[in-house]
Amino acid sequence: MNWLETLRTAIDAVRSHRLRSMLTMLGIVIGISSVVLTVGLGLGAQDEVRKQIDALGSNLLIVSPGSSTNSSGVRGGFGSASTLTLEDASAIADRTVAPDVAQVAPTTSTSTALTAGTTNWTTRLVGTTTNWPSVRSRTLASGRWFTDKEAAAGANVVVLGSEAASELFSLGSPVGQTVTVGGTALTVIGVLDKSGATSDDSNEDDLAVVPVTTAQRLTGSTSTAVSSVYVEARSADVLSAAYQEVNAALLTSHDVTSAEADFSIATQDALLDTANSTNRTMTILLAGIAAISLLVGGIGVMNIMLVSVTERVREIGLRKALGATPSAIRRQFLIEASLLGVAGGIVGSLIGVVGALVLPSMIDQPVSISAPAIALALLVALGLGVGFGVYPASRAARLTPIDALRSE
Amino acid sequence: MSGRTIIELEAVRKTYATGSLSVEALRGIDVTISEGEYVAVIGPSGSGKSTLMHILGCLDVPTEGRYELAGRDVSHLDEGALARIRNQEIGFVFQQFNLLPSLTALRNVALPLAYAGVHGDERTRRARQALDRVGLSDRADHRPGELSGGQQQRVAVARALVTEPSMILADEPTGNLDSVSSADVLQLFRDLHDSGRTIVLITHEPEVARQADRVLAIYDGAIRDRQPEGIAR
Repeated sequence: MNWLETLRTAIDAVRSHRLRSMLTMLGIVIGISSVVLTVGLGLGAQDEVRKQIDALGSNLLIVSPGSSTNSSGVRGGFGSASTLTLEDASAIADRTVAPDVAQVAPTTSTSTALTAGTTNWTTRLVGTTTNWPSVRSRTLASGRWFTDKEAAAGANVVVLGSEAASELFSLGSPVGQTVTVGGTALTVIGVLDKSGATSDDSNEDDLAVVPVTTAQRLTGSTSTAVSSVYVEARSADVLSAAYQEVNAALLTSHDVTSAEADFSIATQDALLDTANSTNRTMTILLAGIAAISLLVGGIGVMNIMLVSVTERVREIGLRKALGATPSAIRRQFLIEASLLGVAGGIVGSLIGVVGALVLPSMIDQPVSISAPAIALALLVALGLGVGFGVYPASRAARLTPIDALRSE
Repeated sequence: MSGRTIIELEAVRKTYATGSLSVEALRGIDVTISEGEYVAVIGPSGSGKSTLMHILGCLDVPTEGRYELAGRDVSHLDEGALARIRNQEIGFVFQQFNLLPSLTALRNVALPLAYAGVHGDERTRRARQALDRVGLSDRADHRPGELSGGQQQRVAVARALVTEPSMILADEPTGNLDSVSSADVLQLFRDLHDSGRTIVLITHEPEVARQADRVLAIYDGAIRDRQPEGIAR
């Protein structure tokens, strides 16, 4: 009996016990749909994190100052020291020192109150260079960026983040308007597009960007210290080379060994890893629960197949009398079990996909539909059918035709 | 109509061991059946006739002795090889009809061909031919539940014929039928015999056994009373 014929026989058998087949499949359906959903939830969360980190810019290294130690020996943690300066930034930007670095954007950051007419808003005042938008992959919604000339001169111009802009100017375009910072009037020359990246500690849309010299003047700071330096590598391939170069350049210019480094360099991957590690734990936990439900579903298939073998002893005996070899009988029951598994897998995947489409609007969590996860789920469902079908199928194959025919 | 030898049993014994107890169901049977013969095996229940039928039908192997079917020693074959012999050499007709209720008459008849590896169209063609032979071509698409007992048994006979086996082995074929259907089925066997088929009919009813050309009476695992071979009808 060929495979196609056996498949037809199996389909007949599954169809002739409709309710039982459906109940058998239920375990697999629940298992597979929960696997598809949990994997989707996990991947959705990871995508979200990646999107936020990618929004920082591409092929990015973020250099932060090291920790400071005050006179009583209290260490301030990363970022508290003023060890990173504009000079460092220009050192890194040197082609001969760091050939794999494309662009460098040092930034200072201070919290400042901005006033526009009768409205005021406290936001992050970022002082930086003209290449900041390109390093950070930011675009303008309206207006223009400040020029090199304005940057050099420390012109009184400002580019607002979309959120800061809407807080200060609820009506009309902010471009051309004036905001006041500590008595100095700044002309708004542009508004940034939304970045999409939001985290609790830095809202990338709630800021005001000015040339770094302007920022120094506004905050009355005389030091050239910066709060971070964004470094863009030439490509993703040379990211680690750029990392080494920046690290070496800063160690040399600060005249310290790597053990006493007074700065730290973070890559996007490092940020991503940290953010994903909690996500991953959660996904593994959920997937584990789903896997257990799959296992239970598989045992359900085995149960029903065993019942089915017992119930169909006469049929098996007849088939054997008519010339079915033990392997033909084994194949028939294996295919029947796999059919239940695969059908359960298909229905489960469909429910999973529908869930992935419906769920985000209910729980405010992105759920991604992953084709490899669905393919894997179907494969697992098939595997469950085959795996848990082996025992019932070999029981059927071992029945002797006389015993099978004799039973009433 | 005695041609070449189809069945040759030589000193066949069958012993069933259940724990320490062993029961000797067949105590040395010698039987020779030639091509085209119509033989009835008769005996009361417990006589060993079912065991003999199982061995003749290659559903079981003898404990001792030799069984040659269509020129081939089948006494020591494994399950797989026996299955192929059953498929090609033997057509079974059972008391319970044993049709698969979910399949149409045509697909029931075609089932042995499927196990023989005969392909789709050819299978359908031969199954139709067999149904035609038992006069049921107009019932091909009916399921067993939609047929009378006699019709079901005729479908079963068609199924036994379809592979062109060396022998048709019928186990109490009229046991579940009323007298009209019984006569009908027995007439069918008679017709098949007339067209040259070898038929072995197992029964406990003397009037059924009388239909055959030769009767083997079995008591306590041995053949008691044997009519001369090749009796003229």
